[in-house]
Amino acid sequence: MAKKTAYYGIFAALAILMGYVEAVIPMPVPIPGIKIGLSNIVVVLCMYVMGTKEAFYISIVRVVISALLFRGFVGLWYSLSGAFLSYGAMLAVHRLKDASIIGVSVTGGVFHNIGQIIVACIILGRNVVLYLIPILMVSGVAAGFAIGLVSKYCLNYLEKKRE
Amino acid sequence: MKKLDFIIIAVLLVCAGGLYFSGFLRPGDEGAYAVVYVDGEEVKRYDLSQNTEDTITGINGTNQIKVQDGEISVVSADCRDQVCVNHLPINRENESIVCLPHKVVIEIENGGKNSIDAVVK
Ligand SMILES: [Zn+2]
Repeated sequence: MAKKTAYYGIFAALAILMGYVEAVIPMPVPIPGIKIGLSNIVVVLCMYVMGTKEAFYISIVRVVISALLFRGFVGLWYSLSGAFLSYGAMLAVHRLKDASIIGVSVTGGVFHNIGQIIVACIILGRNVVLYLIPILMVSGVAAGFAIGLVSKYCLNYLEKKRE
Repeated sequence: MKKLDFIIIAVLLVCAGGLYFSGFLRPGDEGAYAVVYVDGEEVKRYDLSQNTEDTITGINGTNQIKVQDGEISVVSADCRDQVCVNHLPINRENESIVCLPHKVVIEIENGGKNSIDAVVK
């Protein structure tokens, strides 16, 4: 139990750190509040290290805290919907036996972005921003792939430490 | 990396490419309209999603306009310079066709980039 709490703390701290890094990185789309989704790495890792339920908690904690610290109210809705959608998609892929952490992470990256765009549409009241979806899907794949690779190395390292 | 990872990445990229090239999500004709001004006053506006042809009566002459496929253009005019007729069709926010001799200005409002610009501002 104590170990679990420690893990939660580490993941939450990591999530906040990533949230900060993310807030500094500009996105190739002209909509404020849309982020690259780097902090997804924390959720991906958590899903493999702790479990899917714990990953869900972490994904909410990460969104709320980083919204409070680095973004505004609008940012919160963007990232909450991004977080929910990407979590759901990642969970689905996670259940597939033939997919690794990279597949999970790429899926998460893409759906994170799609979720954000959907909220942007709702907030703007028009669907003109939908045309950004293909661009954000590609950037989601790229970010997700990078995150997946890093997560995989982290995971390997963690497993070695555990032995 | 497992086989399914490649499949997932490939499927996502193909979907992105498909969406991009199908033009399914492209903006432009949603709520965009062309506003016609004669001598600085708005005389008419056209919904760019509805194909139509019309005649604008400007100062000292007329301009025939055509709305088609979300774009507006001047097909003919009896002005001396024919600048308006030679202008390419327009469909984006801030684009305009001007007929100086007739004091006619056609401007796009609510076009493609509009709401994003509005948010960034
Ligand atoms: Zn002219």
